Formats: sequence, structure tokens, C-alpha cells
Amino acid sequence: MNASAQENRMELFAPGHRACHGCGMALSVRHILKATGNQVAVVTPTGCLETFSSPYGYSPWRVPWIHHLFENGPSVASGVAAALDAQGRGDVRVVAIGGDGSTFDIGFAALSGMFERDDDVLYICVDNGAYMNTGGQRSGATPTYASTTTDPVGKLRPGKLQHKKDLPAIVAAHGAAYVATASVAYRKDLQKKVKRAMEFHGARYLQIDTPCPSVWGFPSDHTLEVGRLGVASGLVPLFEMEYGNVTKVRKIKPITVDKYLRGQKRFRHLFADEQGAELVAKLQQMADANIAKYGLSSQSGGQ
Amino acid sequence: MGAVKVVEGSQAVAEAVRACRPQVISAYPISPQTHIVETLAQMVADGELGSRYLRVESEFSAASVLAGASCAGSRCYTASSSQGLLLMTEVLYASAGMRLPFVITGVNRSISAPITIQVDQQDTISLRDTGLIQLYAESSQEAYDMHLAAFKIAEDPGIMLPVMVCMDGWILTHSYERIDFLDQQDVDRFLPPFKPANLMEVEDPKTWGSYSEENVLMEFRYALQKSMDYAQERIPQVMGDLASYTGRDYGGLIEAYATDDAEVILVAMGSVTGTLKDAVDQMREAGRKVGLIKIRCFRPFPARQIWEAVRGAKVVAVLDANVSLGSEGALGLDLKAKLCGRPDGPLVVDFIAGLGGREINPLVAEDIVDQALEAAQAPTPPWAPIWVGLDASIVA
Repeated sequence: MNASAQENRMELFAPGHRACHGCGMALSVRHILKATGNQVAVVTPTGCLETFSSPYGYSPWRVPWIHHLFENGPSVASGVAAALDAQGRGDVRVVAIGGDGSTFDIGFAALSGMFERDDDVLYICVDNGAYMNTGGQRSGATPTYASTTTDPVGKLRPGKLQHKKDLPAIVAAHGAAYVATASVAYRKDLQKKVKRAMEFHGARYLQIDTPCPSVWGFPSDHTLEVGRLGVASGLVPLFEMEYGNVTKVRKIKPITVDKYLRGQKRFRHLFADEQGAELVAKLQQMADANIAKYGLSSQSGGQ
Repeated sequence: MGAVKVVEGSQAVAEAVRACRPQVISAYPISPQTHIVETLAQMVADGELGSRYLRVESEFSAASVLAGASCAGSRCYTASSSQGLLLMTEVLYASAGMRLPFVITGVNRSISAPITIQVDQQDTISLRDTGLIQLYAESSQEAYDMHLAAFKIAEDPGIMLPVMVCMDGWILTHSYERIDFLDQQDVDRFLPPFKPANLMEVEDPKTWGSYSEENVLMEFRYALQKSMDYAQERIPQVMGDLASYTGRDYGGLIEAYATDDAEVILVAMGSVTGTLKDAVDQMREAGRKVGLIKIRCFRPFPARQIWEAVRGAKVVAVLDANVSLGSEGALGLDLKAKLCGRPDGPLVVDFIAGLGGREINPLVAEDIVDQALEAAQAPTPPWAPIWVGLDASIVA
């Protein structure tokens, strides 16, 4: 067995945790830790990951793991990194893994502070686009026109009206050495990005699209398929940035956005009437803009 | 003995913190604590202090950095005041719950609104239930000594809790006072490096901050309470140990001043107790049997020690530089609750005094004693606290 295969057999995020069937987040964490190896300490702010992985007395974490609060994952991670450095144990690297609620919203100030200070932490957002832990409420990461329990479809509103916060760009604007997006649907790409991130020191950011069958509303054996469709549609662009410049993108053969949206209950209202069709057209424009902006299309001439 | 210098209270605290060799410091500016963290930053900039110093974007993050650093096994420190301490509240609850020891200087300042930078103890008192051990200093010398003790108390294997040393803003932090410093080698002998029982190691990975259900949370809280009980015994021992180096013994959890035959006993915390000692002396000279209890440790609350000191008195007058709106001051509430039902105990009267920097001088103290005696002669105890020195033209 070669070294890489051996490494891949090491389960640092063990089975037996309490995630929902088909959880994209749990799968991502497993992939992440296979890429980092065991010389890491992980900090997780409050959210799904903390809840399903830490019922008192049980732990799937085979690396040191700390949960403290919802809005301070980045600051706690900074503290761990500072302490390890002060103790001459800088060989143990710090990885924070938080959901989009803590990362995009309540912990945003702490995240910005950590990136401004350039503390030696790889911050990974496992993004499922809403507050799943509390039943699927709207977050700053919720995509446009998705229906959530606090911004539901009604007679007057088609779900979320605003854009998803462009957090990778915001983080990159802090001068971060490495910023990337990945999808749980593309394991090798995800792990390559984690490894690349670990080659840098200072604050780094990785945002992973992690479909959530329970709240997005699709069968729990379709997680990877939904993830792949999101990437292929252009709504979930996968790219890498170093020092603020896009260095690499994952090329796609673009599909129309309806192929991604149709399979999810959170977008079901977009296919109910003519008004919905107009909104789908707007989402198509967003996808097209992403495809143009990042040069995602592998087809000659692009979109 | 170490050096003797006249320094600002903030500098005395910074020197104490430096001598304790924290590995991580994290801070955010707020008056009146700022001179402390500025002095520490200068020490780091000049290479006199080897701490990792994280200049964070909020007090919430300052405390959170300490939580992470403490969890990873480092001694660490921050200071804050007023709104900054309130912003830390959630972090302090969780840190105490996770048994993360670190030291905070709580430089006392009132809470908005109205916004003010003047002193009272509403800020630190608001953190009463977090699981923080709270010590209150009368002087900058005492604050210096308390900081040396605080790290040892926090890191005691039977305690493992954050400790906050409270000192009145401006009155102590910005006044110059003669300070006897302890030699570094004595500090090192008194305070060995922090060695947590649960080290963060990749070879033996542990999980911190688990999710609990109805089966364990009460037991966690009970363990915290038992540690507070143990701290009641341990804090005087640590302070006694320190006194063997410094030659300065302030008493244990409380200092009883002229209480033996006192009819009226004042109870207070912080710098006002220096003024009250003078007031007691003056009243004693005038033949009045007045004493004072200075509370040095508010959490854990030294009810037994206070009871022993006040049981022979006629009336206890509590000076609360805080108020639990809709009820009364925190110190008064604690004392009444703990003394309630004990036979032949004194009447406890609560005075709301010194909010937002309102002056308390010996004349005010004498007035409080008079009002306490008056209350003791009334047929029933007062239901409401007595507000001291209100401007009648404003409240009319």
C-alpha cells in the first residue's frame, strides 16, 4: 500500500456520530481530516457539526477538538494557535471548521479579525446555506430565492430576495494567502485544496458546498449528485485564489440551473407558475455571470 | 525584598502580570483599563515580555482567544471594563463551564445608559453568576498582590476557573501609589508554570466542549459549585503563601476592621473601603461603635466569615455600588439571603451608594451609619434599599 492510500485509510473522523443520513457536512469533515492528517487541532463553533459530533461521553474526533461558542470559532482558533506557538508546538496546526451561520453571520467580526491579524489558522466553512441545526432558517449564505423557515415562500415573497454573501471575496480582500471553494461532491479536488492550504502559513479560507438533504429537501442518497449539479450549473463556482488573485478554476460543461434547482424542495416554488419561471431566469443570469467571471466553461467560446 | 517604586495603579498591575509570565495576552481597548494593556504591549514591543499578544477586534474575541489558549495549555491574561466585560459575558460562562483558567483584570466602570466612564461595580457584579472567581482590591498594592495570587488560584487543579481581579477605575488605575514589587525569583518560586491535567496532544486527542443532555448538565454545574466551595478554603491558603513572600497579609476572603464590639458594621468592596476605614476611625474617636467588613472575595461568597464577624452587631449597613433594578444591591441580597433565619443576627440594610462615580466620603459614611441605626429602631425592616446622596432637585 502506498503512503497516500495508507493515509486515506486513517479515519480521524470516526463513524458513529449523529449526523442525518446523507449529510454533506459529515462527509466533508471526513475528507478534510484525511487530507490534513492527525497533526492538527480542530476548533468548531456551535452548529450542526458540534451537535452531531459531541454528545457528552462520545466523540468521533481522533484529533484534539474544541467547541466553545457560536460566534467565536475564529478567535478560539487564534488562541489555540498562539498557545501552541508559545509552547514551541507549532508543528501542530490549527483548523477551524464551522457552518455558514457562524462563519457568514454571527462570527463574521471574529473571522474578519482573525484574517486581519493573519493568525496561523485554516478556517473551513462547511456551507449548507442555512441554520440547519435549528431547522433551516435563513443565513447570509442562503442562496437567492431559496425558501427557509424564517424567509419562507408566501403570497408576497418568493423566499430569500438577496444575494448570498460573497465571503471568499471578502476574505480575500483581507490579503489572505489562500482562499478556495470546494464541493463535497469532488473529493479529490477538496482534499487537494486542503493540502494546498496547509502549505501556507497565516490565515487561510476554504468554503465547501455541503448539500443538506434534510433541509434542502432531496433524497439522502442524492447528496453528491446535488453537489455535482450545483457546480455544473455555475451557481457553485469552484476556484482557488492566492493573495487575492484567482489562480485556478474547476472547469464545467454548464447545465441549465433548473436541472440543479428542480430536485430540491427549497426551490420547488420556482416551478409552480410563470412568476417562478422568471425567477429561474434570474438565477440563470447569476450562474451565467459566475461562468463569465471565473471563466468556468470548458466549452469553446464559453457562455 | 524587591524594588519599591511610586507608579500608576495600571502599571503596578502590568508589572504583576509580566512577573507571572503569561504565554498569551489578548486585549481590546476600553477606558479605564487601557493603560494596563498598553503597558503590557510596550513590554512586548521592547522584548521585556515574551507573551504572544493578540490585538483583537472586540472584547468578545479577547476572552475567546484566552479560552482557546487556556484550553491549549497556556497561561493567559486580559483586562477590560464596563461594556467590554458585558460583551465577554457569554465567553466567561462557557470558559468557567469548560474549566479554562485565565486571569482578567476587571477595571470597574459603570454600564450604559447613560454612557459614562465613571466608576461603580455594576459591570463586574453583572458577571456574578458566570462561574468567575471575583476578587476586589482596596489599593493598587493589593491589586498587584491579588494578580500574583490570581493565576495560582485559577490554575489550582481543584479550582480550574477564570479569576477576575476587580479594581476601581481611575481611583486605582490612574492614581500613583507606592508599590512594593516582589522579586522575579520569588514570583517564580510562588507561581510555577501552568501544567494542565488535560494537555492538548495529538497523540492522545481529547474532546472539549461537548454537547450535554438532561443527564449531565446539573452534575457539571454541581462540580463548579463544589470547586467554588473548595476555593473558599484554598484562596486564603494561596494568599497566605504569597504573604510569606511579601510580608503583606490582608486577611483571607474578608478583612474585618474594628468589628469586635461594633454595633454598626459597614460592608463594602473595592477602593471605598480605604475611605471607610478612615471614617470608622473618626467615628470611633467620637465614641461610636462602628466597624467595617471589606469583602475581598465576592465569588465564592464568604458568608460564614461575614456571619462570624457581624453576629454580635445590631445592624449591618451594606454599601452596594450596583443595583439589581427592581430589587436591591447584589451584596445586600447575598448577605440577607445567607443571614436569613440565623438566630440573633443583625438587621441588614442595603444602601445603593457610589453609582457612576458619586463620591463617598467620611461624612457620607456617617450619614449611612445614622440611617442604618434609624432603620434598626423602626418597627419593621425597610422593604426597599436606601439610595445615598440623590440630588433631590433632579429626582423630585
